[in-house]
Amino acid sequence: MKTSSSPFREVSLHVNGEIKPVLIKPSDTLLYILRVKLGLTGSKPGCLNGDCGACTVNVDGMAMKSCLMFAIEAPGKRIITIEGLKGTPIQHAFIKEFAFQCGYCTSGFIMNCYSLVENYPDANDELITEMLESNICRCTGYQEIENAVKSVLSSNKNLEK
Amino acid sequence: MLSFDFDYHAPSTLKEAVSIYQILERQGKQPLFYGGGTEVLTLGRLNLVYSDALIDIKNIPECRVQMLTDKHLVLGAALTLTALTERNLFPLLSKTARGVADHTARNKITLGGNICGEIFYREAVLPFLLTDSYAVIAGNEIRTVSFDEVFNQFLQLGKGEFLVQLITNRNDLRLPQFHIKRRKQWNIGYPLVTVASIKKAGTVRIAISGLCPFPFRSKKLEEALNNNDISIESRINEAIQHVPSPILHDVEGSDEYRIFVLKNTLQDVLESYQGGES
Repeated sequence: MKTSSSPFREVSLHVNGEIKPVLIKPSDTLLYILRVKLGLTGSKPGCLNGDCGACTVNVDGMAMKSCLMFAIEAPGKRIITIEGLKGTPIQHAFIKEFAFQCGYCTSGFIMNCYSLVENYPDANDELITEMLESNICRCTGYQEIENAVKSVLSSNKNLEK
Repeated sequence: MLSFDFDYHAPSTLKEAVSIYQILERQGKQPLFYGGGTEVLTLGRLNLVYSDALIDIKNIPECRVQMLTDKHLVLGAALTLTALTERNLFPLLSKTARGVADHTARNKITLGGNICGEIFYREAVLPFLLTDSYAVIAGNEIRTVSFDEVFNQFLQLGKGEFLVQLITNRNDLRLPQFHIKRRKQWNIGYPLVTVASIKKAGTVRIAISGLCPFPFRSKKLEEALNNNDISIESRINEAIQHVPSPILHDVEGSDEYRIFVLKNTLQDVLESYQGGES
């Protein structure tokens, strides 16, 4: 069993397709490391308690609230933040459907919706509702967000035909 | 952000995990086993949980098992609730797990973490209280114990022990069942009461969460509910007498209101079985 007197550990995180060496403490959340150590401020601090979803990122293909994950758990996993999405259909759909108002929750919602359309191409209304309940929009722009998700799912299905 | 630092250990075997715990304890530390870590973060922020050495059990293969054998379902404690619900090998567990937190959080919350947590609700406990289930616990030795016996308000773990697996009789997985989570309003937030039920050998079994500061199953409450000689209303009134105390009385709902909701929910359960629904 290795022990160290220093609380810091040097690890490599795989973020947005790049390997990033970073010095972390085991008690650091992934959100803190992304924002403060790596400068990726698109993931937003909201409740810091796993309730609001503003900090949602993608870890190994799954939506993940980065305030609920210790950064020390992240080495070896592929992390995508909002900065790592470049012109994906869900981003275009958010613009087209005007699925944002103040915008604070938007990056978290997009990351959750990105996971939704990637992992559940046949998602029904029940699953869409269930997944969107993971995030909170205090401007209450939920209908437009739902429309954005459905438009991507629908266009993906049309592409398959 | 937590107000305390901790060492992090990620053993790859049960033996290593137990050994690390013992070494850390001899060093005067307060080690804690964990799977998902969500409660360490949320309750740690409030200084309601503290540890200076976390032992992450996610890398232990036995803790990640999700396997159906001829006779049993074996579920590792480090499986996420999402992993369980997506394979849906235990439908009642899937239903109760889908009521925990939200979809994204369930990508992190583990079965063992929910069962061994501090939070009142711990709804993943309910299906195991109702069925013929066992807990596999690692410590100085590996022991397999009846879940009904080892869970009394909390999972009764000895110092240095942790939950490895839950084993459930395969015959119990597809029994007629009922699950309902009643909240004060909307579909999100903490429950006023959650009731899970199965019907086995003609007898209704009930396990309840959200009513008391712990999930429970009461044999006396069930006896009253299964007394077919009296009306459903009388059965429920008798059953309520066997609810343990204390009953939660907080911002989600008063104790009186929770009992009111429980009565209606029990009526729904009994009528559902009478109607042949499952």
